[in-house]
Amino acid sequence: MRWYASAIYVFLYLPIALIVIYSFNAGRYAMDWQGFSVEWYFKAFANPFAMKALRTSLVVALWTAVLATIIGTLAALGLERVRGWLRQAFDVLIYVAIMVPGVVIGIATLIAFVTVFEVVNPVIFAVFGDAVPRLSMGLPTVIGAHVLFNLAVVILIVRSRLAGLDRSLIEASEDLYATPLGTFRQVVLPLLAPAILASFLLAFTFSFEDFIIAFFVAGPDSTLPIYIFSSIRRGITPEVNAIGTVVLVVSLTLLIAAQFLLRERGPAKRRGDTA
Amino acid sequence: MRNGQNGATVPTVAFRNVTKRFGEVVAANGLELEIRSGEFLSFLGPSGCGKTTALRMIAGFEQPSEGDVLIDGTRVNELPAYRRPVNMVFQSYALFPHLNVARNVAYGLLQRSPRPPRTEIDRRVAAMLDLVQLRGFENRRIWEMSGGQQQRVALARALINEPKVLLLDEPLAALDRKLRRDMQIELQNLQRRVGITFILVTHDQEEALSMSDRVCIMRDGGIVQQGTPADLYDRPVNRYVADFVGKSNFFAGTVLTARGGGAVIELDGGGTVTAGRTGEGLSLLPGDAVSVAVRPEQIVLARREDALPAGGAATISARVQNRIFLGEHIEYLLRSETLGEFLTLAPRRSELTERPFEAGEAVFAAFSTEAALVLGSE
Repeated sequence: MRWYASAIYVFLYLPIALIVIYSFNAGRYAMDWQGFSVEWYFKAFANPFAMKALRTSLVVALWTAVLATIIGTLAALGLERVRGWLRQAFDVLIYVAIMVPGVVIGIATLIAFVTVFEVVNPVIFAVFGDAVPRLSMGLPTVIGAHVLFNLAVVILIVRSRLAGLDRSLIEASEDLYATPLGTFRQVVLPLLAPAILASFLLAFTFSFEDFIIAFFVAGPDSTLPIYIFSSIRRGITPEVNAIGTVVLVVSLTLLIAAQFLLRERGPAKRRGDTA
Repeated sequence: MRNGQNGATVPTVAFRNVTKRFGEVVAANGLELEIRSGEFLSFLGPSGCGKTTALRMIAGFEQPSEGDVLIDGTRVNELPAYRRPVNMVFQSYALFPHLNVARNVAYGLLQRSPRPPRTEIDRRVAAMLDLVQLRGFENRRIWEMSGGQQQRVALARALINEPKVLLLDEPLAALDRKLRRDMQIELQNLQRRVGITFILVTHDQEEALSMSDRVCIMRDGGIVQQGTPADLYDRPVNRYVADFVGKSNFFAGTVLTARGGGAVIELDGGGTVTAGRTGEGLSLLPGDAVSVAVRPEQIVLARREDALPAGGAATISARVQNRIFLGEHIEYLLRSETLGEFLTLAPRRSELTERPFEAGEAVFAAFSTEAALVLGSE
């Protein structure tokens, strides 16, 4: 490898490596190595604020993954039947959703939520008075924003698997007396399962580690990345490094698992004569 | 055979003036066909001739644009594939990769409502795997099976449902030559044993001729000719069939006189031929441009003219261009002044008792009047 290529890798990964290394620092200050210790991990897990943020993040990531996977899979199945300009329009929108920077999604969803609340809240007040709480930023808004951008990821993954699905397997199932629903349940779904599970893990990961979008729409509840960000302002401690390392390990594990699921398996597919 | 209310035999499958269009493309054009119960019928033709479309309309994957498809006398045009009493063996086998061999074979039974009891399913799966000689492979994954084994799983998966008709879409195309021969014999035996109507789609004429009771030759979405393999070989209706079923020489000429089934033809290259037979449905008038078809094995070669059998349709002097060794036969490519290039096929005798003709050697060729078949010039 050329030296400048190596330099790029060093530039990219050295900070991450340092965070992992200094999370095992025995000293009180992040960059002052005092020997090996795992005490900051215990401190982090004993920290009620960090744990609350972790719980919030897990809840958000789980709901995001569940909703995005279900809606995204259904959308991918539906889009498979759409043709012509409508399909192209959807394709463009899906790619745009992935390309748009997080900060734009954050601001846009924030404005959208605020606008909706301004319309809906007076109505709620007029109808129910103070008996029903008004809509405001919180976990549901973070989940909503996260589902929005993860939807595109799920659609793309499931659809690519769907496109690779041998049409004759579906016909074979119909030929063997399975109703359309039976075919979906017994053939399409099992064959899509790895892609669906992989997109679930990816959506979970992207939601779990997202800071920018959550920062705009989270309201008073802070997710783990937001908690880390606010702790850093009080100085970088080995505890922050420990939390960062935990996030890193969880994310990497899920990403590798997703990659593993998306591998091609089984015998190579053959295309038949369609005369 | 099943009988209709009027006592007449009802065909298991029938096409009534079936046309199928895909946009501008006409894949099937006015198909008329009746397939009897227990028959082994083949659709034979090059790719794009509409044979697969015809099969898919029986299976229910395509609906005719015009006309009716009947199964057992009942119109099934709108009946979805999963309600039709037919099963298909796909070209790619289309075995379910997420299920093992036994679950693949049991798939059709498991869709029945009410679902047959577990023991019954196990028993029938075992019996089917016995039939295709795959006992002991129940728990194998599909990709652990060889091409020939996958083929047999696909057959078992279709036959376990005891369909009225088994549809086979180029089922042997993916197998190597030796295995294909074995499977052809196996399929034929299987068909006789189970007595189910088989409909085969293939572009391999040898496969169609060797396995089927009846063959439909297709071109451009239409049936050109249907008949027994021997019928098609001996009495092709036109050049297309004569060319597609076996090899044939065609000599262009003009009708001089026509009488009975035969005709005297003046060949374009000079000389005349007395042809003993005329293609079905062709009426000849003097002056018509025609083709005289002669099968290579009907042409006899000799070194001396008086060694040829007497009473031939024509005697031609020619020169050997090329000799092709085919094992039990030798094929000669010859060239004559009057006929141009033509092929002959001779059984190969021991080279100790008979010296084969060499390239460049001058020979005499002859064929009988019965061997000469007059067909349209197209």
